[in-house]
Amino acid sequence: MGAVVEDKILLAHGSGGKLSHDLVAKSFVKALANPLLNTLDDSAVFELSGRLAFTTDSYVVSPIFFPGGDIGKLAVCGTVNDLATSGAKPLYLSLSFIIEEGLSLNELEKVVNSVRKAAGEAGVKIVTGDTKVVTRGSADKLFINTAGVGVIPEGVSISGTNAKPGDRVILSGAIGDHGIAVVSQREGLSFATKLKSDCAPLGGLVAEMLKASPNIHALRDPTRGGLASSLNELAQQSKVSIRIEEKEIPVREAVLAACEMLGFDPLYVANEGKMIAIVPPEDADKVLKAMRKNKYGRDAAIIGEVGAEKPGRVVMKTVLGSSRIVDMMVGDLLPRIC
Amino acid sequence: MKYITEFRSSELGEGLIARIQQRSKRKVRFMEFCGGHTVTIFRYGIRQLLPPTIEMVSGPGCPICVTANADLDKAIALSQIPGVIVATFGDMLKVPGSRSSLEKAKAEGAEVRTVYSTMDALNIAEANRDKSVVFMGIGFETTAPTIAASILQAEERGIENYYVLSLHKLCPPVIKALLDSGEVELGGLVCPGHVSAIIGSHPWEFIAREYGIPCVISGFEPLDILQCVEMLVEQVEKGESRVEIAYRRGVRPEGNQIALKLMERVFEPSPARWRGMGEIAGSGLKINSKYQRFDAEANFDIKTAPAVEHKGCICGDILRGVKTPADCKLFGKACTPQNPIGPCMVSAEGSCSAYYLYGGGRGG
Ligand code: SF4
Repeated sequence: MGAVVEDKILLAHGSGGKLSHDLVAKSFVKALANPLLNTLDDSAVFELSGRLAFTTDSYVVSPIFFPGGDIGKLAVCGTVNDLATSGAKPLYLSLSFIIEEGLSLNELEKVVNSVRKAAGEAGVKIVTGDTKVVTRGSADKLFINTAGVGVIPEGVSISGTNAKPGDRVILSGAIGDHGIAVVSQREGLSFATKLKSDCAPLGGLVAEMLKASPNIHALRDPTRGGLASSLNELAQQSKVSIRIEEKEIPVREAVLAACEMLGFDPLYVANEGKMIAIVPPEDADKVLKAMRKNKYGRDAAIIGEVGAEKPGRVVMKTVLGSSRIVDMMVGDLLPRIC
Repeated sequence: MKYITEFRSSELGEGLIARIQQRSKRKVRFMEFCGGHTVTIFRYGIRQLLPPTIEMVSGPGCPICVTANADLDKAIALSQIPGVIVATFGDMLKVPGSRSSLEKAKAEGAEVRTVYSTMDALNIAEANRDKSVVFMGIGFETTAPTIAASILQAEERGIENYYVLSLHKLCPPVIKALLDSGEVELGGLVCPGHVSAIIGSHPWEFIAREYGIPCVISGFEPLDILQCVEMLVEQVEKGESRVEIAYRRGVRPEGNQIALKLMERVFEPSPARWRGMGEIAGSGLKINSKYQRFDAEANFDIKTAPAVEHKGCICGDILRGVKTPADCKLFGKACTPQNPIGPCMVSAEGSCSAYYLYGGGRGG
């Protein structure tokens, strides 16, 4: 039996010539087809009215495939969620692929396929894109840069500066799944865990929350830096304090077990499908109920309250009854060595 | 996997705290040896929950912190040799040596790679056969077996360009040195859980027997620590001194024989330099003659200038348990986790970082 030669991405795939053209036509346009993309013009042309939300992000996750998702799903969900945190309905995305020479076409197709699926679920269209191929070692397999546009419904005013004393802090579900799922794939740390990344598009969840109460003050998706860092950002931006209760914060057993082993604090572990909502007290129950009806908010819980004293500070009542300051994350999460 | 929630439950915690408060009559000072314990103690505000009779001090159990400047300087010097890639655990990069840090060396063009595990370093060597990869082997009995395993694998896989700068340290000898110095008086020792998972409980016996100090091996969850403190108080009040294991789910008295055998095959005891404590006989591990070709010290001409300490940093005193971060004039001012001056502020397991992050220095 002869060896099967796997098709790989070559530098020529990014050169603008025939290989580039074929790659774009076969791998991207076919999978992501929509009228705006199909024209293959240099820019997508469309009309929108109202207040717009516009965001950009880059994705460099390693490994590019992890339990529960891959870099393609992550790019779509991350961009959609950034738009959703301003209350916007996400509509159009751009995707730029920076590919390391040698990536297998197979892997690329898998990624594009997850982009298609995630965009379908999120109800967004990929309307423009670009592909570059760089020499081996200049990138780690595949980087994706995105931009996204969405429209903010009338009457919605959401900002990280809006948290008010008395507001309730609602979290949409268990923390830490993404970070632990990714870490568990890294060499040497592949301990047996069935944990999957929580990577999910939250545009739908946010739309339902806004239906329950257009008065939501702030939204944030706690990605890198975890819940702790997002709460700190909100406290600083709004010049308020936030007090949370450890026993109310949902965390899966598998995440706790991995954190115990690695010496991580789940509050700092990354998420890719969670939302923090800061909601006026009178609307908190309504919003919570709406969240729990959505599949991405089933485990939602009120985890704390906004206060006026010591602006910028996040304090947690621990399960032992003591209090501790919850600071921003400094540097990277590193496994303990003692 | 239910156990962790149990080990964090608030009712169990309250019960333990109540029992400790009731039972503790004598004034005692307990040392938590391990940096992992220090972090849990601060993260859960455990010092605030204990009665005034019990004082907790942090010990030298932070592998990054105890690495002496002279040894760090060696790693930095190695990174300057053309064709050498230095691989190390992430925290180590930021620790300032006498004149530079690995992070600075890297910014200036040296090849320094952060790895999550020893095997990562070995793989880097395999992928870069034209270079020499030196792994900076720091840590206690917990990391030493994995490094021994990497050397054996390098031999098996024929990876000839892999070297280890062995800076491993052993826990029981440093405790002995600490006690012999007479600087700190201890009424009990919270023994490290992960280290004991490897070495077992027997190597601690001499502390209970010869020094009359109660020893309890603890896990890293808040209830583990409370249970351990309760067991220590019980011994103190009864006037006993024994080695007990509170961390039953992790530690067996005989330890992990496979890991110990791995270490024995590759290493032999040697003197080691500890920050703040100087050289302590038999407290380190060096690569034995059979595996000398993997020993960075034996294969490279490492030139360093005499080591100097950072002015004002009292990490050494903190590691010996004679001072606390609050005693340092630089703490929270010139020295913060963003801009660390000493290793105790760099390492996630360091006392200064735990003090800073969890409010020890800012009054909660
Ligand atoms: S606060 Fe900084 S300078 Fe002071 S002892 Fe700790 S690490 Fe050293």
